[in-house]
Amino acid sequence: MSTTFWITVAAAVATYLTRVGGHLVISRFERIHPRVEAGLNAVPAAVLTTLVAPAVLGAGPAEWAALIVALLVSLRGGLLTMFLAGAAVLIAARQFMG
Amino acid sequence: MSAEATPYGSRTSEFWRGARLSIPVVVASGPFAMLFGAIAVDNGFSVFEAFFMSLTVFGGASQMVGIELFGHHVAPWLIVLSIFAVNFRHVLYSAAVGRHLAHWPPAQQAVAYFLLTDPQYAFAESEAQKGRKVGFVWYMGAALTVYVSWTALTALGAFFGKLIPDTSALGIDFLLPIYFLGLVMDFRKRPLWLPIVAVSAVASILAYRFVGSPWHVSLGALAGVALAVILPPRHSGVGVGLAETEIEHLP
Repeated sequence: MSTTFWITVAAAVATYLTRVGGHLVISRFERIHPRVEAGLNAVPAAVLTTLVAPAVLGAGPAEWAALIVALLVSLRGGLLTMFLAGAAVLIAARQFMG
Repeated sequence: MSAEATPYGSRTSEFWRGARLSIPVVVASGPFAMLFGAIAVDNGFSVFEAFFMSLTVFGGASQMVGIELFGHHVAPWLIVLSIFAVNFRHVLYSAAVGRHLAHWPPAQQAVAYFLLTDPQYAFAESEAQKGRKVGFVWYMGAALTVYVSWTALTALGAFFGKLIPDTSALGIDFLLPIYFLGLVMDFRKRPLWLPIVAVSAVASILAYRFVGSPWHVSLGALAGVALAVILPPRHSGVGVGLAETEIEHLP
């Protein structure tokens, strides 16, 4: 098997460890301290925000328009609706703003 | 406990209820799967090797970083370390989601953790938040939909790589941030949501500038989580343990 193959296998093992590791560590404790629980409850907003924020800063007017429209739609509509609205604005805005 | 039909309908309908959730994920990630396949072949991968990486690693951003480094002929251990670093955020997902999967048999949990991506984690959290028990069939419906499309489209991109048109005009490069914004908004009813988002946003931007990618993800996330840990748990709406309350109210 090629080097590429073995690097991929190692990368897959490393990735699986990140996906199962947090659970294996936490599950060793019998009771979860309220502060730890509060921290775990913060995980979705905290992590997902970091996938958006730097991209927003590095973007231009077309992307910002798309995000603002998507944001407004998300206050009322579901995930799919907001996503399609944002994508539509993005494609349209890029035709005009480049 | 294990073989029960889910309380919300038949297994088939549960599976499709999960699969439906993943439609936007397939739309948003599909182009990246094809792009990954195309770039991989461009960087000297065979079609099988590109497909094999999607099949086993199953993490879009990390695969992109990995393939980039392959092109630069970087030492193998550094490639593996970089992929690990990009995927490090899953440690937090895994720690947080474990509470909702703990009632499954271990083998099912082992499979579920393999498929734990950003959207999959968000789906499981919001399912639990609605007061539902997170079911294995529902979980697999959402996860396998993305897994199958991700791996199949990687192979397709690897075969037809040269034919992919200008991705910028189609807005493909910015679909994921829009989608992730939607996931962030999904959790806006949670206590402390806005302060956590604000702190994570600022921290991730600073880390992006001064430390560099991909560490901005883990550092930014830890800042937001730290805020929730430091503030008294009642701010987070956590069922305050008796002991904690008594200690805090001691004179």
